[in-house]
Amino acid sequence: MTFRLTKIAIFLAALIPLERLLWKAFHDGLGANPIEVITHSTGDWTLILVLTTLSITPLRRITRQYWLIGVRRMIGLFAFFYGTLHFLTYIWLDKFFDVHEMLKDIGKRRFITVGFSAFVLMIPLALTSTAWSIRRLGGKRWQRLHRLIYLTGILAVIHYFWLVKADHRKPIAYGVVLSILLLYRVGVRMSEKASERREQQAPAASRAEVTKA
Amino acid sequence: MLIRKPDAIPSSEITPKATYLNRRNFIAGAAIAGTAAVTGVAFRDLADLVDPSLTAQANAKIDGLQKSPFSTTEKETPYKDVTNYNNFYEFSTDKYEPADLAKNFKTRPWTVTIDGDVKKKQVLDVDAIMKMAAPEERIYRHRCVEGWSIVVPWVGFSLSELIKRADPLPKAKYVEFTTLYDPKQMPGQRTSVLQWPYLEGLRMDEAMHPLALLCFGMYGEALPNQDGAPLRLVLPWKYGFKSAKSIVRIRFTGDQPLNTWQQYAPREYGFYSNVNPNVDHPRWSQAKERRLGEFLKRPTLMFNGYDQVASLYSGMDLKKNF
Repeated sequence: MTFRLTKIAIFLAALIPLERLLWKAFHDGLGANPIEVITHSTGDWTLILVLTTLSITPLRRITRQYWLIGVRRMIGLFAFFYGTLHFLTYIWLDKFFDVHEMLKDIGKRRFITVGFSAFVLMIPLALTSTAWSIRRLGGKRWQRLHRLIYLTGILAVIHYFWLVKADHRKPIAYGVVLSILLLYRVGVRMSEKASERREQQAPAASRAEVTKA
Repeated sequence: MLIRKPDAIPSSEITPKATYLNRRNFIAGAAIAGTAAVTGVAFRDLADLVDPSLTAQANAKIDGLQKSPFSTTEKETPYKDVTNYNNFYEFSTDKYEPADLAKNFKTRPWTVTIDGDVKKKQVLDVDAIMKMAAPEERIYRHRCVEGWSIVVPWVGFSLSELIKRADPLPKAKYVEFTTLYDPKQMPGQRTSVLQWPYLEGLRMDEAMHPLALLCFGMYGEALPNQDGAPLRLVLPWKYGFKSAKSIVRIRFTGDQPLNTWQQYAPREYGFYSNVNPNVDHPRWSQAKERRLGEFLKRPTLMFNGYDQVASLYSGMDLKKNF
């Protein structure tokens, strides 16, 4: 029951950035360049939510709050939702469906190329987010596929870094958080490998002792 | 010229301060797009909203403004937008922040040092500079390198008026402009986002062109702090960053100055930085621009539509000299 409530609370919280944008839109709060504000805000929240899904696993392990895994899918889907809004802002409000210009952009502007790739990589993850897909693919394969989110995170940070004119403080901050989250995984992987090796060596050692005796 | 406290003539008679968003464009845009009704409604409703409290503090009105033949008849951008959407990195890299951060910026006393290859090296009071010539209102298009544009009724006179009085030596081929360096007042200067102080430069013939405006006001009033008070340049055929703000030094020199943005990223920002739809910024297209308040982008014009400057660059490869 409490878990259900938590899920509802997280669902509503994840909608706040969108509600804020809409509220501002209706109350003259988007300033002189509304389209720019919408683009930046949806982009920011996509990145924040991608980083949030990536922090679930470390948080679970460190805090032993294992229930957290139950909200990861929802947060991931919200990341995709804001990513979609961000992408729609670009094709509708910024380029106004000028396909020719968009294709030129995607090919020519590297920050668009990586941003577009980051978004496209999220599509298979959103499509295979159902329990059915996990069964269908099998846990291992599903997990491997969903590691694409690491790439999305990296590309999204590069996208942000490349688009700013001079002030790189924010994209660097996102990059630092992402690096910590990815390095944590590398660390876990390495310590797992090390303990595996120890386990393989340990029985051999004890056998040796037995023969000596 | 006299500067008085606001008086009988309401500024609204000179300029429409009310929010202007091209309603028809917004509706058309939303209609063509068809889908996403919610967002469409959101945009349409933007047009109805005005918050007069957001317009800046009453500024000193400037009297005796002369009209200029250089003025465009295009719709002026609302005062509220021009004073709340500022690229002024000395205060912040966030365009919405300088309005607040520059609130207490001290623009008096203010002096401008005139030096370098010039006969009359001197330190001038800004109020003396403002009296050098009759103030004109010039309604110029202003195009930012980022791809947005505004139409602003600036107040000032041709930069050439000051240069003539400074009497540069023949060896002076360029003019360099320096923005105030005062990290105590300008929080952005406490960061190393750019190299401070901000420098800009012009070739002498560019600086002497009548379109080059030495500006100390807009919308009939003294320049608001966040727009470069008390004295700035306005070079309507160049990207906005060329129009140095809060100028404290004008130096005449034989060597081409290294302007701040070129120093920061020479591949992306050149010395000339003329508005040019055919030369893209390495990271984005310059073919179109969004006029603030409009939904659809409009094509960017060569020299921002100021063709009279073309002769300054005849024979030059503008792809190389971007």
